[in-house]
Amino acid sequence: MSYQFDFASVLEYWPMFLQGVKTTLVMSFWSTLAGFIMGVLCAIARSSGGPWLRKSVGAYVEIIRNTPLIIQSYFLIFGLSSVGLTMPILVGAILALVINITAYTCEIVRAGIESVPRSQREAGECLGLSPLQVYWHVILVPALERVYPALTSQFILLMLVTSVLSAVGTEDLFGISGNIQALTFRNFEVFLVLWVVYLAMSFLVRAAFTLAGKVMFVRKRRLGTLL
Amino acid sequence: MNSDQINYLLQGAYGTLLLSVLTFVFASMLGLVIALMRVSDNTLVRQTAFGYINIIQGTPLLVLMGVCFYGPSILGYSSVPALFAAVLALTVQSSAFLGEIWRGCIESVPQNQWEAAECLGLNRVQRMFKVILPQALRIATPPTVGFMVQIVKNTSFASLVIGFAELSYNAKILNNATFKPFLYFGVAAVLYFIICYPLSWMSLRLERKLTLARS
Repeated sequence: MSYQFDFASVLEYWPMFLQGVKTTLVMSFWSTLAGFIMGVLCAIARSSGGPWLRKSVGAYVEIIRNTPLIIQSYFLIFGLSSVGLTMPILVGAILALVINITAYTCEIVRAGIESVPRSQREAGECLGLSPLQVYWHVILVPALERVYPALTSQFILLMLVTSVLSAVGTEDLFGISGNIQALTFRNFEVFLVLWVVYLAMSFLVRAAFTLAGKVMFVRKRRLGTLL
Repeated sequence: MNSDQINYLLQGAYGTLLLSVLTFVFASMLGLVIALMRVSDNTLVRQTAFGYINIIQGTPLLVLMGVCFYGPSILGYSSVPALFAAVLALTVQSSAFLGEIWRGCIESVPQNQWEAAECLGLNRVQRMFKVILPQALRIATPPTVGFMVQIVKNTSFASLVIGFAELSYNAKILNNATFKPFLYFGVAAVLYFIICYPLSWMSLRLERKLTLARS
């Protein structure tokens, strides 16, 4: 093997990598937050809305889940700019990610809502809880508790696919690494560094989600089990 | 949009299908090995597969594409064909996911099937291939068909680092030449949908059938 590795000239650009990590985390954070809220709303609409609402949310979910993110973001970002609607690239990228992740979150949360047995709801009603209280305490929160691991995986996948948005020009970790490749011509080393950084990020984010789950779901923590 | 452009997009769709099929074939072979390693008796083998799955699932596909595209150059190959690099990266990624899906299916075959096979005097390999895997296959079909959708969508990543001429790459080229994004990306989205939706639909149907059969 005659190849000489040269990590030093790549790691010299660590402030750029750090900047990229920051952008990736910002993009992931806002799209996770907005995608979670919108996804839960869509799941509620899909499981207990009127027939039209249900059908349109269903169509949205199917369209998003059966087309790749790259095409969605090209369509949205290049499309909007072709009709004169321009926005900062970061905003456009987050918008594309939110539209994408909302559909996946909706499906996961809906599965959780549908897994709550009818008898639970009836028991809640018998205890004299108002419909809103039943929906919140008996259906929604336990459903989220149950699908939390699946949501965590989905949001980590989301963080990893933010790299795709570099194709429309975001300077996230992956996008900025393109500049470093152009500066150093050390493509393979750059990709190896990226690999390690993304891996570390996904482990840390997973740990953060696990910790947040322990804080949020009080009942699960006290009982030590899923209900 | 003239017929040349439609042809060009259809050629892209052919590239997408080619990548998907090759990836599925190779990823199922590697995925089966990973799944069997995950349920192995040997702790070291099990841990290796576990590590592989965790590392691959924590890596963006684009980074894998880059490593598979530029990696062979350190072994002395000046450049590798785009198709090879794309299939390699997709195979590595999909095998980690398929391995984990199939492990779940193998483990969901009831424990007494293992015991019964053992009582019949079958050895471990016979037990796995004659008793457990045929039953796991039935459970595994719906999620596997569902994962094919994921593979088809993931092939679009090959347009970025590697520049393999598949559907989203060709749509991008057409858009760069004419700047009608809604038209070309809209048509590309429809083509992807035509490939993916039947698979999603089939996966859901198979799953419902299986749930009915088991309840």
